[in-house]
Amino acid sequence: MTTLLRARQLTVGFAAVAATALALTGCAADGPAAGDSTAATATSLADFGTLADLEAAAKAEGALNVIALPRDWANYGEILDAFAAKYPEITINEASPDVSSAEEIQAAKTNEGLDTAPDVFDLGLTVALQNTDQFAAYRVQGWDEIPDALKESTGLFVGDYGGYMSIGYDSSKYPEPATLQDLLGTDYKAAVAVNGDPTQAGAAFAAVGMATVQSGGTLDDFQPGIDFFGELSKAGNMLKVDVTTATVASGETPVVFDWDYLNATHVTDNAAWKVRIFPGTGYAAYYNQAINKNAPHPAAARLWEEFLYSDEAQNLWLKGGARPARMEAMIAAGTIDAAAAAALPAAPSTVVVPTEKQSTDAGTLLGEKWAAAVQ
Amino acid sequence: MTIATPQVTPDGAERCAPPRRGASARMWAWLGLVPFLAYLAVFLVLPTMLALASGLFTRDGSFTWDNLAALGDPVVLATFGNSMWLSLVTAVIGAVIGALVCYALLGIREDGPVRTFVDAAAGVFAQFGGVMLAFTFIATIGLKGVVTQLLLGVGVELFADGPWIYELPGLVLPYIFFQIPLMVITFMPTLSALKPQWAEANLTLGGTRATFWTHVGIPVLAPSFLASTLLLFANAFSSYATAAALASQGSQIVPLQIRTSLTSETVLGRENLAGALALGMIVVVGVVMWLSSLIQRRAARWQR
Repeated sequence: MTTLLRARQLTVGFAAVAATALALTGCAADGPAAGDSTAATATSLADFGTLADLEAAAKAEGALNVIALPRDWANYGEILDAFAAKYPEITINEASPDVSSAEEIQAAKTNEGLDTAPDVFDLGLTVALQNTDQFAAYRVQGWDEIPDALKESTGLFVGDYGGYMSIGYDSSKYPEPATLQDLLGTDYKAAVAVNGDPTQAGAAFAAVGMATVQSGGTLDDFQPGIDFFGELSKAGNMLKVDVTTATVASGETPVVFDWDYLNATHVTDNAAWKVRIFPGTGYAAYYNQAINKNAPHPAAARLWEEFLYSDEAQNLWLKGGARPARMEAMIAAGTIDAAAAAALPAAPSTVVVPTEKQSTDAGTLLGEKWAAAVQ
Repeated sequence: MTIATPQVTPDGAERCAPPRRGASARMWAWLGLVPFLAYLAVFLVLPTMLALASGLFTRDGSFTWDNLAALGDPVVLATFGNSMWLSLVTAVIGAVIGALVCYALLGIREDGPVRTFVDAAAGVFAQFGGVMLAFTFIATIGLKGVVTQLLLGVGVELFADGPWIYELPGLVLPYIFFQIPLMVITFMPTLSALKPQWAEANLTLGGTRATFWTHVGIPVLAPSFLASTLLLFANAFSSYATAAALASQGSQIVPLQIRTSLTSETVLGRENLAGALALGMIVVVGVVMWLSSLIQRRAARWQR
């Protein structure tokens, strides 16, 4: 999904090796249920008949392989448990929870044809856009209720949940920053950290994007954002340590740039932890669901998608502080979890999301300028 | 190299070349080498080939110089500079302090408890790198670390000039933490090989303590000291996890750049640059190891 915590990433290499080993030994096991060709080519529930037919087909497959779903990320733990409770006949195999989006695709290619290959992906937009040939198109029941901007028109990938770039801070020690520029002040001496390196992690990339639009720039040119972090670094306010739950809990990283739904979870580590989204222009991003076109459990993969876009799972994401794709429609229908929706920080008045070209240009610029700016 | 030359004792009086054996015996000897060769193939040759291949070929298999050309990129050059600076500084500091520790240990009985304890501790701490070490430093001299807070209590502000612990210079301290013990492990055998007879001979010939070191001690130890320093250099040069946890912004050293090119989700399609970077690292380490073996060969003269 994303490289969120580098400390955890060390286990990733190991997990990848373990997964490969599993893949090597596991190839003799019960072969992929790909013989069920209807499931593998189904593009909507109609191809199965009813939801009950899909459920029966998925139960017959008996397993679902997911990858890169950290249990403390956007409430995925509860979502996985809810699916397992609803369909006890389907075993969920959770592989490498902390790998990046790019590594999800690598895992699908490396394990192609094996029953250990991931069935479904949860991807950042950049990676989703560049790997559409790896996906099977599928439209869930609630397809029409998903805003057009969030979905690929044929259903190759669909936005699932998202949020705004935010500042999380320990309100017992630091004042609330009114504007981005406040963070340059002496109040925040050696206190501000970014979740990851923007040349690498989606969240950190978004932090620079947010700093850009908050400094009066546009997403066509990330330079103002890079300059902001350069100043932050020169002021001695920037911390370059990798942000983890542990560093937040110990107070080592008291002010953190991260997605609002990830910052929101730190309240469990520090009761005084608050989330701030700057007014004006906000920076948003959605993660995307996609089905592996070579999924070893094609029916289970589609059932998982149907489940994720059901009111139940959408509300679970909301409970985790993320904004689910069907949120607007659910508010209109009155099926939204009102308490969870009210607990979200207020949304900024204008919202920007980078296009593919802006994303690519920014990536190139960051590669050239970031290291020197924060040195 | 030197293995094949007939053994000659220092006084050159007698030859003790091993008795000639039949061809079959020699074949058995080669067979004994197979596990080691297999190990080399899997952990050295194969990765080198993979790095070469991914650095020199595009994804669809055509030859390209583009990735190698990227090694000349200012950012990449700066990263190599950072890596070499960090490795050199920590290698020299580690080597000097480590050698002094070894010298101090000379005065202690070889089978005594202190010596055993230091040997064991050096063995453990030389391998104590990575996330464990990084977190140890965060917990002790991090911004909210125990030592930092204690010092603050007595009026010493460790980070008055900014949080340098999470910058490149901040890596020097944790690196030295595993460099010194490694030096102790590698240098101790050489130092204990300094024969007391040499000191006696020096005194008999009218030398002083100073002439012993300038004419005997240092010339004998220098090659081995330099070789150990180069080993420390290579050790620091290839370290990854400690830096990944402490200085996560900007991928300031080469191993972190390799990580970025491999796993980045914001800048895609640079997996082959990782191969080129790895190739660059192999070249640097190769040069270091070649120097080291040159020096070792000279050192070997004194260690028969």
